[in-house]
Amino acid sequence: MSVVLADLAYWQETTIRLLVGLIAVLLPAGTLVYLFLFKMMSFMQSRLGPMEAGPYGSLQLLAEVGKFLQKEDILPKAADRLIFKLAPFVVLISTFLLILVIPAGPDLWFIDVDTGIFLGLAVSSISVIGILMAGWASSSKYSLLGALRATGQLIAYELPMVLAVVGVIIQAGTLNVQEIVMAQATGEIFGFGGIGNPYVITQFVGFLIFLIAVQAELTQPPFDMPVAESELVTGYLTEYSGLRFLMFFIGEFATAAIFSALAATLFLGGWYVPGLEPTDNLFNVIGPIVLLGKMLLVAFFIFWFRFTYPRFREDQLQQLAWKVLIPLSLVNIVITGVLKVVF
Amino acid sequence: MSDTADTKQMAYIAAQAADARVNLEIETEGMTLNIGPQHPATHGTLRIVVRLDGEQVISADPLMGYMHRGYEKLTEVRTYPQVTTLVNRIDWLGSFANEVPFILAAEQLMEVEAPPRAQWIRTALFEMSRIANVVLFLGDMGVQLGAVTPVFFAFRDREFILNQIEAVTGGRFHPNFDRIGGLKDDLPKGWIDETRGVLKRIRNFCDEIETLVVGNEIFQSRTRNIGVIPADIGLSYGLSGANIRSSGVDWDIRRDGGVGLVHNELDWKVWTHPDGDSFARFWVRLQEVRESCTMIEQILDGIPSGPVMAKVPRIIKVPAGEAYVETENPLGVMGYYVISKGDLTPFRVKIRSASFNNVSITPWLLKGVYVPDVISILASLYFILGDIDR
Amino acid sequence: MIQLSSHEETTEEEIEIPKRDDIREDLISKLKDDLGESLVATEIIAEVDVWARVTKEAWLETAQILLTRYNMKYFNFLSAIDWLPSPFGRDMDAQVDQPEPVTPEEMTWGTTGGETRFQLLARVHDPENHLGISLKVDLEDTDLSIESWSSIYPGADWHEREVSEMFGITFLNHPNPVKLYLPGDFEGYPMRKDFALLARRIKPWPGIVDVEDMPGEESEEDEVDA
Repeated sequence: MSVVLADLAYWQETTIRLLVGLIAVLLPAGTLVYLFLFKMMSFMQSRLGPMEAGPYGSLQLLAEVGKFLQKEDILPKAADRLIFKLAPFVVLISTFLLILVIPAGPDLWFIDVDTGIFLGLAVSSISVIGILMAGWASSSKYSLLGALRATGQLIAYELPMVLAVVGVIIQAGTLNVQEIVMAQATGEIFGFGGIGNPYVITQFVGFLIFLIAVQAELTQPPFDMPVAESELVTGYLTEYSGLRFLMFFIGEFATAAIFSALAATLFLGGWYVPGLEPTDNLFNVIGPIVLLGKMLLVAFFIFWFRFTYPRFREDQLQQLAWKVLIPLSLVNIVITGVLKVVF
Repeated sequence: MSDTADTKQMAYIAAQAADARVNLEIETEGMTLNIGPQHPATHGTLRIVVRLDGEQVISADPLMGYMHRGYEKLTEVRTYPQVTTLVNRIDWLGSFANEVPFILAAEQLMEVEAPPRAQWIRTALFEMSRIANVVLFLGDMGVQLGAVTPVFFAFRDREFILNQIEAVTGGRFHPNFDRIGGLKDDLPKGWIDETRGVLKRIRNFCDEIETLVVGNEIFQSRTRNIGVIPADIGLSYGLSGANIRSSGVDWDIRRDGGVGLVHNELDWKVWTHPDGDSFARFWVRLQEVRESCTMIEQILDGIPSGPVMAKVPRIIKVPAGEAYVETENPLGVMGYYVISKGDLTPFRVKIRSASFNNVSITPWLLKGVYVPDVISILASLYFILGDIDR
Repeated sequence: MIQLSSHEETTEEEIEIPKRDDIREDLISKLKDDLGESLVATEIIAEVDVWARVTKEAWLETAQILLTRYNMKYFNFLSAIDWLPSPFGRDMDAQVDQPEPVTPEEMTWGTTGGETRFQLLARVHDPENHLGISLKVDLEDTDLSIESWSSIYPGADWHEREVSEMFGITFLNHPNPVKLYLPGDFEGYPMRKDFALLARRIKPWPGIVDVEDMPGEESEEDEVDA
């Protein structure tokens, strides 16, 4: 994008970046909500889902947003007002920062830094602060419990996620996301370069760990203890209503979309499809679409698990993280490192 | 903290302390969490006050009465046929089963017996209300554990059973169909064949639940060895139904000395499980639904012909006496202790409902478990609030 | 896990001797030996049920004996009966709009008789031999208190709380003697016969007149004895 925008004034460039950023966050989020939350979930549960608003209920999302906007904005009497109001923004900020590092084509990126993936994983943790703020400021015991659970959970799953990515970094030899995509596009598996080298094949264990950790990061079933409806009402969201709730909601699904895109970028080759030169200018056009398709594929798995599994208990969740995922990802790193040196 | 914020905080604490009977905010150790009366997991208005240490329960104290409707008092001013309308609403998911023991008690006092055909149809409807009730449990248990999908399957297939009940009685939820001396009406035409198809659906549903829920590793890890009730403790608390059978007690009133219903003429099996945990309770109920299907199929094959109503006077006066009749209802043993003084209305009716006893074990059972398990244990004990509060 | 004997044996025995009920009579005769004077009255309806009335002093002991010697492990329920005829008479079962002053009827008792207005009623069960017994005990109006069963049957806890708030009977040595259903400051004992059912006093229930003639049928004894 920076190439495209090179001749514009700073304010013009910034405006365009903002608009594109908004679209890049909201469009995939809306797609996920409609495709998976509304339709796939309904079909899995032998019902039709929304059908009235627009053809096949495709405008339902707008209706929902309209409904949320009309709701009264309730602020609990005993809430810490400033922090209560700030919390949804902190969560959203984390989401918007995360989109920065994901490239959608050879020349389509928001920022191109050498520590891209590092930056991405770092900003993704900011949402924990927002959740903790929400839980504490609501002055509700359910919220507090939910926020504490969320914090414990996100910290526990940050680690396997980072460690799973380390395998990819070792194989690609770079922290730059664009270069990781290029490495996959130009790489070869044991001398065969026909489809490049999407790391999902060589880093399959890492991919699985990453998916599980993403599931936990998104607080989706089977890891949805922070919001666990049947236990904590809705956890840290209990006291939120109207627009603020909508912001959390957007944050949740936008993050799901972006993490899926990140997984697609790191493991499925990002915007690249085999058969074309990775530097081909065509990718600046079809790149975003390819990425969206791959993202939907990953998101499909995430939501499939979401609608199928019951949730873990908090201690079982921690055990899974510390006793299974982290040792497994460490072993994965060691093996990757050894193989990298050998071949 | 500024002064104003300080006073605000103090005012809030004072208001909270005044509001709640049992809630003391200012303690530094542990935390009191109110689960209910409005809470997604308490299906109804049960309120459980738990003292927490972290997420571990130190003590749990159920408070109820938010839905107490005083049926025992109301029965004293209703005529015998009118009482069935009331007791229908005790366990609202398996309403027909509530009517049966009361009618049987009245029949025992009047020394009338329903004709065989009425008894067979009664048994069929009794088992159908069990299916309507327990199928929802099988789905709901998933929701309580965070899996949203099973409950939709449950509602989908339960609908067909309700349709069949409606076809006979005219009421989906509150049939009010049982009469002293028989039934209000005979079966409609074509009902028997339709019901066979519905039972097939229910069996499919059971298989689906078996693969979707019972076979799930997370479900097993959440329910195995959770909320274990030893048989002796369970009996001394008066637990009944699947709750006690899952502790290994081989006792089912349908087989062991039930009156008025024809279960003894059918070929079926009482399922027990040795573990006594949440998983066992779920598993036993699942098998019981299948067993109910078997029973109804046999009933459909063997309904004798004849009248559905015995000769009883138009205005029912029950001779003086006392009778206690209990049946194996979907939720457990339900009994009515009816005292009559030869009047149009009962003198006193003691309603022994299953959930009341089943839930009375919770203060003992919930000690030391984690908050998520509070929910799963309560769900596995399976109570209907109307059955606790009456 | 308890080993339970199969049920078939008992049914067969019962079938052999149709009108007598050996098991229940056996139980009563053994109880007489164990309780002696404390067993006030008993009643058996063959093949149906068995009742026993004990003295107040022996209430706790009876539970202990039934649990340990008769294997009555299963606690079924505990409740109370107020034998006072309703002072509101006919307006309780409606039919008339204006309540007439009623002369109080005489108090009568049910199975196994009684001497006092309040009786406690409990039932325990033997889950292996499928035998239940209903127990009653008289409570003097002047001293409505009795030993709690909750040390023997923990399940009696809630039942006693319910009886205590509904009938005003005090249970001694109860672990948690607070109200179960009613709010803490509720006054009165709703299940007592002299506690007016307000809804009924305000708006009489049309009640019994709902017996209508079916089309094509002749009206038979339509009048309810007034």
